[in-house]
Amino acid sequence: MMRLPLFAFRAPRTLDEAARILHGEGPDAMPLAGGTDLLPNMKRRQQVPHTLLSLRQIDALRAMRFAELGARLGACLTLSDIASDSRFRNGATALAQAAAQVATPHIRNMATLGGNLCLDTRCNYYDQSYEWRKAINFCMKKDGVTCWVAPSSPKCMAVSSTDTAPALMALGARVRLVSQSGEREISLTDLYNNDGMNYLHRKPDEILAEVLLDSLHDWCSTYWKLRRRGSFDFPVLSVAAAARFGKSGAIEVARIVIGSAASRPLVAEEAAKFLVGRSLTAETIAEAAALAARIAKPLDNTDFDMSWRKKVTAEFVTYALRELRGDDVSAERAAITRMPSI
Amino acid sequence: MPEQKSPPGGKPNGNDGDLRVIGHARRRVDARAKVTGQTRFADDISLPRMAHCKLLRSPHPHARIRSIDISRALAHPGVYLVLTGKDLPIEYGILPVSQDEQALCLDHVRHVGDPVAAVIAREELTAFEALDLIQVDYEILTTISDPEEALATPTPRIHDYGDEGNIHKRVALEFGNVDQGFAEADEIFEDTFFYQGNTHLPIEQHASVATKDPDGKLTIWTSTQTPHYLHRALAKVLQMPPAHIRVIATPNGGGFGGKSDPFNHEIVVAKAALVLDRPVKICLTREEVFYCHRGRHPVLMKFKTGVKKDGSITAMHLQTLIDGGAYGSYGVASTFYTGALQTTTYHVPRYRFQGCRTFTNKPPCGPKRGHGTVQPRFGQEVQLDKIAEKLQIDPADLRLRIAESSNAVTANFFRLSTVNLSECIRRVVKSSDWREKFRKLPEGHGVGLACSAYLTGAGLPIYWNKMPHSGVQLKFDRGGGVTLFCGATEIGQGSDDVLASIVAEVLGLDTFDIRLYTGDTDLGPVDLGSYSSRVTIMAGNAALQAAERAKALIAEAVAERLSVPVERVRFAEKRVFDSAAPGNGVTFTEAVCLAEARFGTIGTVGSYTPPKSPALYKGGGVGPSPTYSYTAAVVEVVVNPVTGWITVPKIWIAHDIGRALNPTLVRGQVEGSVYMGLGEALMEEQEFRRLPKKLSHALVHKFPSILEYKSPTSLDMPDVFTELVEEPDPKGPFGAKEVGQGPLLPIMPAVANAVYDAIGVRIDEVPITPEKIMKALAEKKAGRAPRFGPSHFPHVEWPEALRVPPPWEGGDGNAINDVPRRDKAKPEQPHKSRTPEKDQVLSS
Repeated sequence: MMRLPLFAFRAPRTLDEAARILHGEGPDAMPLAGGTDLLPNMKRRQQVPHTLLSLRQIDALRAMRFAELGARLGACLTLSDIASDSRFRNGATALAQAAAQVATPHIRNMATLGGNLCLDTRCNYYDQSYEWRKAINFCMKKDGVTCWVAPSSPKCMAVSSTDTAPALMALGARVRLVSQSGEREISLTDLYNNDGMNYLHRKPDEILAEVLLDSLHDWCSTYWKLRRRGSFDFPVLSVAAAARFGKSGAIEVARIVIGSAASRPLVAEEAAKFLVGRSLTAETIAEAAALAARIAKPLDNTDFDMSWRKKVTAEFVTYALRELRGDDVSAERAAITRMPSI
Repeated sequence: MPEQKSPPGGKPNGNDGDLRVIGHARRRVDARAKVTGQTRFADDISLPRMAHCKLLRSPHPHARIRSIDISRALAHPGVYLVLTGKDLPIEYGILPVSQDEQALCLDHVRHVGDPVAAVIAREELTAFEALDLIQVDYEILTTISDPEEALATPTPRIHDYGDEGNIHKRVALEFGNVDQGFAEADEIFEDTFFYQGNTHLPIEQHASVATKDPDGKLTIWTSTQTPHYLHRALAKVLQMPPAHIRVIATPNGGGFGGKSDPFNHEIVVAKAALVLDRPVKICLTREEVFYCHRGRHPVLMKFKTGVKKDGSITAMHLQTLIDGGAYGSYGVASTFYTGALQTTTYHVPRYRFQGCRTFTNKPPCGPKRGHGTVQPRFGQEVQLDKIAEKLQIDPADLRLRIAESSNAVTANFFRLSTVNLSECIRRVVKSSDWREKFRKLPEGHGVGLACSAYLTGAGLPIYWNKMPHSGVQLKFDRGGGVTLFCGATEIGQGSDDVLASIVAEVLGLDTFDIRLYTGDTDLGPVDLGSYSSRVTIMAGNAALQAAERAKALIAEAVAERLSVPVERVRFAEKRVFDSAAPGNGVTFTEAVCLAEARFGTIGTVGSYTPPKSPALYKGGGVGPSPTYSYTAAVVEVVVNPVTGWITVPKIWIAHDIGRALNPTLVRGQVEGSVYMGLGEALMEEQEFRRLPKKLSHALVHKFPSILEYKSPTSLDMPDVFTELVEEPDPKGPFGAKEVGQGPLLPIMPAVANAVYDAIGVRIDEVPITPEKIMKALAEKKAGRAPRFGPSHFPHVEWPEALRVPPPWEGGDGNAINDVPRRDKAKPEQPHKSRTPEKDQVLSS
């Protein structure tokens, strides 16, 4: 079987202590939350940290606080915690749907919200064992020089594969990053960078501590995920959409985010702007879907044919907008997710 | 031991109503161990002082090894031993005609993952780290990635044997005047199909532990389906007397054909254990299992079929081009299998088959559930759907018109036994409400029907010999204990339960009263292995014979004690008694003691040899079987016309089982086949990545992981409605036929036919994916043929066909342009210069 490489293990009890250790150890240390992605990656030698800094003992990271003005979610809440909590319904449904569709029940019981937001980008030239990668003389992202997805590309084209990030971006979430020298709050959208290697604007000594949500009263949202099997695959395309409707039924604010179509979740700004002030008629939905789909640039490094993934993007946006409008799309959702709806 | 007479099968113990064990849904004998986690798989074995082995594998698809420097690895702390090809130079392979593997490549690597060296160390992690310290100097050779490239690239040769260049094997057979058959046809259909390769994906990864016994002999515990063939390969490569080698096949966590070859890692740990005099273990990673492979061959097929207006077939011509991968494995048999069973479902009076297997620089293909017959079954059943549409006959009715009948001999001289294909069709037509659905459902919804046949055990062994294919020993002790010894291997299919149920039925016991020792070459008589759906019929008939012989001894002793005629002695409910006065009897334990007092220690044996096949021509060894199973399936699909997304809500399937020895296990096998079939139909692909040729010679498996190699899970399963058609077959024990493989075959073509019914496009290859449906829909929209699939079959230089007149043209089973092989059953002269093994055309 595959064995983990040797590593030092630290398990602090407070966030301050964790930040201090991370600062002291330098970039060779990595925070460990659920470990459902990092540990298999380490077995394949995609990451070989000298030190793992476990966040499991830090109670503050598992807190979930709701208030009139919004919610604060600790980064180490598990995806099961999120998926099963009835407070993530209505306005924040997209988040619960996204969390519920990550991997399997066993993994969701371990995997965390923060871990999923920081999930390493994926690529089927990269998510391979050391020996396999040796057989292609490695790739740009680890130990090599060429991006085999696009050999002339100066940057890595690995794919953002987080489910919760598109959902939370559509919900306008912010994140709190803590380091020894202080802390900062940025919008989740600004956390991401469209580069498969440097895909996060997180400094190596920063810990993603909390996710902050404003009140989603009056909002509705949804998350649609494309994957081969309903049982446990990573997304190869996703659409998160959120909107607030005015009394007339016209949209006041909307956000559409396309996931797994680039090295970061993509905000479909033009489509969202187009929707403002309009009711979701079939024509409006079609136009918005076309605008949103335009930004998706899938490449040949995930499951499914890339041109087909591009082709169905508009249809997925359509499902999402129809659901926001109030259509019953449970049959479409059941066919795609093979799961009961949330 | 008395001589074996004709096969003992088919004689039910009393009439059907009297069966107490057979035919009843029962908990299998190994269920408790499995559900409580107590079954010891090979990787669960841990011995004192045990060392761990890792294999260094080739990173190149095709290269010569110039030199290997192991000195740094050997000096690494914790490393005990490093082996290379020089330590194990003798070639082996499952078929006598393709002894083309070395446990560690000596000077030539043929695919990424081919093993080059082995490190044995105190810890598995140490062994892994030391792999990187081995320096191998390679000379890169041209990469050959598919059959067309192999045909066009005769050099460099991947092997220095085979028919020509990189062609491993070409075969051509012709049964009757095929051209005349086409001339008599009202319509001729020509279709090209492609069946993608896929792998077995057993949940248990291969593992082996070898140890040198205190007396210097070798014992190996390993996840294998064929301990007997591994036994032979170990004796050959290690140059040890077979009597000094013990192979224990641990319960397999699934096999499906993927553990049927002797494997390099098994030979390596055996050698290492002998050298080090300590136990050595290897447990393959999932990626390494993809490199062992031996899975479904990718096959390009061309079917030409002539039919009359009423649907009857006048002639068929099938060509197959087979991607064999880097080694022979079962490939010669696989090649014949791609042309073997076309005649066993529907009446094909004249038939020409040409098959060609090429070597390529990919992991070797071999036998996967349905071995070699799955691919042409897909083509044949999809083509029949097209024929039915053109002739305006319902596809179910078409098949009912042309279905083969019981006891027929086919054009290629396969003798059928019971054939209940028509009943299977009628059952699924009824249960699925076919008549109300076919061509009547709304756009996007469709149903498809397909059928199949499969052998119940290969008629010939892998290597030429006249001995039985299976043997069983029974031991009786004074406590009434019955112990069964047999080489048969439990791979999850339930073979232990089959053996226990037969013995329990005959002797009036419960299956849990029987103690079983199976899959151990030291303890039990040879059984050839768990492949070709052969265990129930062969080991089952052997068990039946052994049990009947014991019963006769015990009955005689009890008759004497009870002073009744022996014919009146009955065995039931753990008693032996007078059937005329059931109160007059003894317990089974007392009965065994009476028999022992009368005859001495009680032990009996049974064995089984399949009947001789009338297919005497060269190549006729692949396909004969004592009897064949039949299956029909209806699949319902829903296809989204915008995305091409396919869902399968329901499947109805009927299987001609002869008799279900344990209906629970039979249904499990049917449902397991449906699951595997859906995977092959919709998503599974053994796909390879060729990097841009200007930049790299790499050819790697695209996703050797259980996450990215897509196979359905239990959550992805549709509702399956299973029906069993039971007419006891005279060849099977209590009438049983096979169920392990046959029910897989109709699923893929039924899905393809359902997609056509749903949305009007033909997907002439598997897997059938949303992308392909969208492409076919685009063709339809553009006014071209509404189809996705291969467009041509490349030119192959076929050899002259062996011409075998079918029975109705006066044929006797021989080719008229070859030497008669009438005396095949007579032992060949082993001392002649040619080895008989090389001439034997092999089956699996």
